[in-house]
Amino acid sequence: MEAIKTVNLTKKYKDLTAVDGLNLTVKQGELFSLLGVNGAGKTTTIKMLSCLIPPTCGDAFLNGKSIVTDTAKVKEIIGISPQETAVAPALSVLENLELMCGIYGLSKEKKKEKIAALSDSLGMTDILARRAGKLSGGWQRRLSIAMALVHEPQILFLDEPTLGLDVLARSDLWEIIRSLKGKITIILTTHYMEEAESLSDRIGIMKAGAFLALGTAEELKEMAGTEKFEDAFVTIVKASGKLSPADGGNL
Amino acid sequence: MKLLTFSGRNAKEILRDPLTAFFGLGFPIVLLLLLSAIQANIPVSLFELKSLAPGMTVFGLSFMTLFSATLIARDRESTFLQRLYTSPLTAADFIFGYALPILPIVLAQCLLCYVTALIMGLPATVNILYAALYILPVALFFIALGLLFGSLFNVKQVGGLCGALLTNLTAWLSGIWFDLELVGGMFKKTAYLLPFVHAVELERAVFAGNAAAILPHLCWVLGYAAAASIAAVLVFRARNCA
Repeated sequence: MEAIKTVNLTKKYKDLTAVDGLNLTVKQGELFSLLGVNGAGKTTTIKMLSCLIPPTCGDAFLNGKSIVTDTAKVKEIIGISPQETAVAPALSVLENLELMCGIYGLSKEKKKEKIAALSDSLGMTDILARRAGKLSGGWQRRLSIAMALVHEPQILFLDEPTLGLDVLARSDLWEIIRSLKGKITIILTTHYMEEAESLSDRIGIMKAGAFLALGTAEELKEMAGTEKFEDAFVTIVKASGKLSPADGGNL
Repeated sequence: MKLLTFSGRNAKEILRDPLTAFFGLGFPIVLLLLLSAIQANIPVSLFELKSLAPGMTVFGLSFMTLFSATLIARDRESTFLQRLYTSPLTAADFIFGYALPILPIVLAQCLLCYVTALIMGLPATVNILYAALYILPVALFFIALGLLFGSLFNVKQVGGLCGALLTNLTAWLSGIWFDLELVGGMFKKTAYLLPFVHAVELERAVFAGNAAAILPHLCWVLGYAAAASIAAVLVFRARNCA
């Protein structure tokens, strides 16, 4: 079943077209990565899908709910871990999680149960009392993902979740993201080729607001005629042949 | 429930900042003590406790603008607000959530000023409680300014605008530190077109039990509070809820 379906999704800022008639279908439980150079339209796409900004035209349906006409319902089923740090710095890890539970209206019992489960699965039990602002970048990202998961979203947006992290912290976060695969639909944006290749079921390579290519890592390598995924990405971006919207987001 | 959770978080963010304790609660008390000491040596009617204490409760509010503006600007910069915008919180939850936690701090600051003044010899009257009540519309003006500045500027700019400019404007144009008559002319006229001196004179009138003088100053304060609140809500929504 489709978790996300975009129909000519477009965002324009005066003369600039940030996202240009995007047609994409993501299946439930799929981990789909948006890959592209700076200004490709990845973050703008995520912002539209998570109802942060309205599309100029077109629409997207998340589990059948429109981001244009049904934003309140969409917000109930999505979770987001934005780019950069998005935690309350003066609050402890536990208080940050409780805050999100309260905002999503979880009952006392559910809150306790959810926080215990998330702390356990994300390895945060020992740091619950620590101030979020004092944590390392890796732990803050981990908390950020936990905060996005407290209300059991059906679709999770991870906007450059490992940006600026060291190798070990990145590897730890990959494990967490892998553990979520199949349970919820995940849309991930990243600059890191190995991250997209290692984690994704499918990858969409964007440039100038449109897809240049879309498929599994293997399909993209085959398409570019390269052995390494990074080389495939470079070849595809340099070739810059756009897929037609009529392709419906398939290779 | 959502609103209370969010405003609880905001209260913790503000109160856990050590600068809040110093500037919000401690600094007005320090000034009260200092100016009273000057008054003891060189008597100046303006620094008598009955004038100084009400003025200091208004001056302390300029720090409330700093607190609320800094919190909002920091949330915007850290993308924390972005996360919350994808949650079921409504625009009203955001606006009240940022404004409500400041009110108890305002009352605490106001009462602390009066308690210090009482210890220093200010006569205890029921008017102190009324003065605490009338500080609320003044606080609304300063909190709305915080919402406005926090939506428009980054943390660094907010520090300069609210931490330096607004506190100085509140000090110079309110008649707390010096009698505006001494400068007179355009300065005095400008001061009386702004809300700061009206806020101070409102508080002084309430404390003195001068009922006739309350309404004109209250109208100025309410007018500015309403205008600042409307501007704050419009700008907040335009900048943050697009």
